[in-house]
Amino acid sequence: MGEERLLRVRGLYKAFGGVQAIQNVSFELPQGEILGVIGPNGSGKTTLVNLITGFVKPDSGEVSFKGRKISGLPPHKIADLGVTRTFQIMRPYHSLPAYKNLIVPLNSPRIRRSRGGKLGDKDGVAIDILEEIGFERDAYVPYKIASSLPLGYLKRLELARCLALKPEVMICDEIFSGLSMAEISTMIPVIEKLQIEGMTIVMIEHRLRELFRLVKRVIVMNFGEKLAEGTPEEVMAKPEVKEAYLGTGGK
Amino acid sequence: MISEQSTSREKRKERLDRGIKVRTEGLYALSSWREMFYLLAPRALLILGLLLLPLLLDRYWQRVLCAAGIYALLALGFDFLAEFVGLVCLGGAFFIGSGAYISGLLNAHMGWSPFLTIPIATVAGAFISTLVLLPCLRLRGIYFAIVSFMFPLLTVYIIIALNIFGGTEGITALATFPNVWVDQYLVLGAVILGLFALRRLVNEDMGLILRSIKDNDQAVKASGISITAYKIKAVFVAALLGCFGGAYLSHLYGWVGISQFALDFSILPIAATVMGGMGTLVGPVLGAFILTPMSEALRGFGQLRVVLYCLILIGFIVYKPEGLMNYLQRKYHQSEHWEEV
Repeated sequence: MGEERLLRVRGLYKAFGGVQAIQNVSFELPQGEILGVIGPNGSGKTTLVNLITGFVKPDSGEVSFKGRKISGLPPHKIADLGVTRTFQIMRPYHSLPAYKNLIVPLNSPRIRRSRGGKLGDKDGVAIDILEEIGFERDAYVPYKIASSLPLGYLKRLELARCLALKPEVMICDEIFSGLSMAEISTMIPVIEKLQIEGMTIVMIEHRLRELFRLVKRVIVMNFGEKLAEGTPEEVMAKPEVKEAYLGTGGK
Repeated sequence: MISEQSTSREKRKERLDRGIKVRTEGLYALSSWREMFYLLAPRALLILGLLLLPLLLDRYWQRVLCAAGIYALLALGFDFLAEFVGLVCLGGAFFIGSGAYISGLLNAHMGWSPFLTIPIATVAGAFISTLVLLPCLRLRGIYFAIVSFMFPLLTVYIIIALNIFGGTEGITALATFPNVWVDQYLVLGAVILGLFALRRLVNEDMGLILRSIKDNDQAVKASGISITAYKIKAVFVAALLGCFGGAYLSHLYGWVGISQFALDFSILPIAATVMGGMGTLVGPVLGAFILTPMSEALRGFGQLRVVLYCLILIGFIVYKPEGLMNYLQRKYHQSEHWEEV
């Protein structure tokens, strides 16, 4: 079974001062799966993303990708290997056209290697990527100045920045937050399409209903620990999950 | 905005932005001689102005112009690092000092001509400066500023304590330039070349990546790019400008000493950048060519010179914090006029 586990997280621990942000979290992710990570605010979801992608070093435990240990590597090395992430807070170039925002990943060593040392027509590639995830080229959306784009497009732009790196594992940190139902329903097919194409995705989400349309398996986090794991129906039926979300009051 | 309400016809202020048309990518600018002139005039004015200046000045002011050129190179490097990479580098004196000592030593001990020592000192000095700043590149903001500020001071005391490179005396009797025109146009040429090369660089992909390191370095890391590698390249570029200035300075005076690590070289470029306009690149050059002669002109006031100098600077920071160049650019590109509605 060793080969099919693309990403493996084993016994992660991380404390910030006296706060145990992540305690003994382990999970495995086979190639091509979408895994949901849910949990109340402050349960350590974003810290988990930071630990996997190298922005925070774990106190103990190990993250491995394709059987190779990646915890301890700097973030750009991990991204270079093909594990990348989106950020909750996006800071695009407001004064530049949307497609120019993808120039940074398109200049990365990973893309350079995949093109045999040549970078080619970066603007064209950037516009193609944006068109793929719903920037209508006919309406010149990829050419619009980033500051004029609505939030839904900015979230997609952040996703596009990730995709431009051609990752194998993509970790989406709350890409649905702040979006309307209409905007989310245009993004869900995009993610489904990525999965069909073979991308492995971890989705950190607060919007459970929308998330459960996409994932077959979720992990529930609470106080830095893995509370439950299973299909959405299974975990939501568990009393401890209800308790974490709704509290114990009323009993 | 309604100006005269008493009259039946209302007027409002219209703003025309001519620059937007020519600044957007496209062939519009080449559509007529007028538009081409509109684009080229400011650049031509700057280049011609700089090249004609030495012909209009006497011997004393020509020397001041040389010093202004050196400060302009430093200010260019400072603006580039601060505005496009996010590194506030107060190590200008270290660039000058290392460039000056390398070319001085090569000239004094090997007897090489300035036209050989200057290129070598520029590259080697930039290499050493980058190496020295390398461990600090992970620091940001004020911390990088403080550490880079310490290096020139440190080097001075190393030279004094170990009594190397001529100690406090320095190295004298170096070769100077064959004539006054060489020393004028060498530095002015370097300023113009440095300015346009940097402007090209910041508009290339490299500039875009550097700016994203400044704005959002995490996103750059998540894009699989080593930010340290890019910071090293940027520091090297800025150091090239400073070290050229230092190497040039050593042959201008025919002398190298610990005063080439003086604080002036770290501080004045900042003042020039503030005055000229952060992030414009041409602004700091302009600032250096205003501040350096101004400081000379105020020499007559004795100790009051510093007070006047400070007042002018404070005035700029309080009343025109955007700097001279941002203001001028706006006025050039936009015209306002009253229009009847």
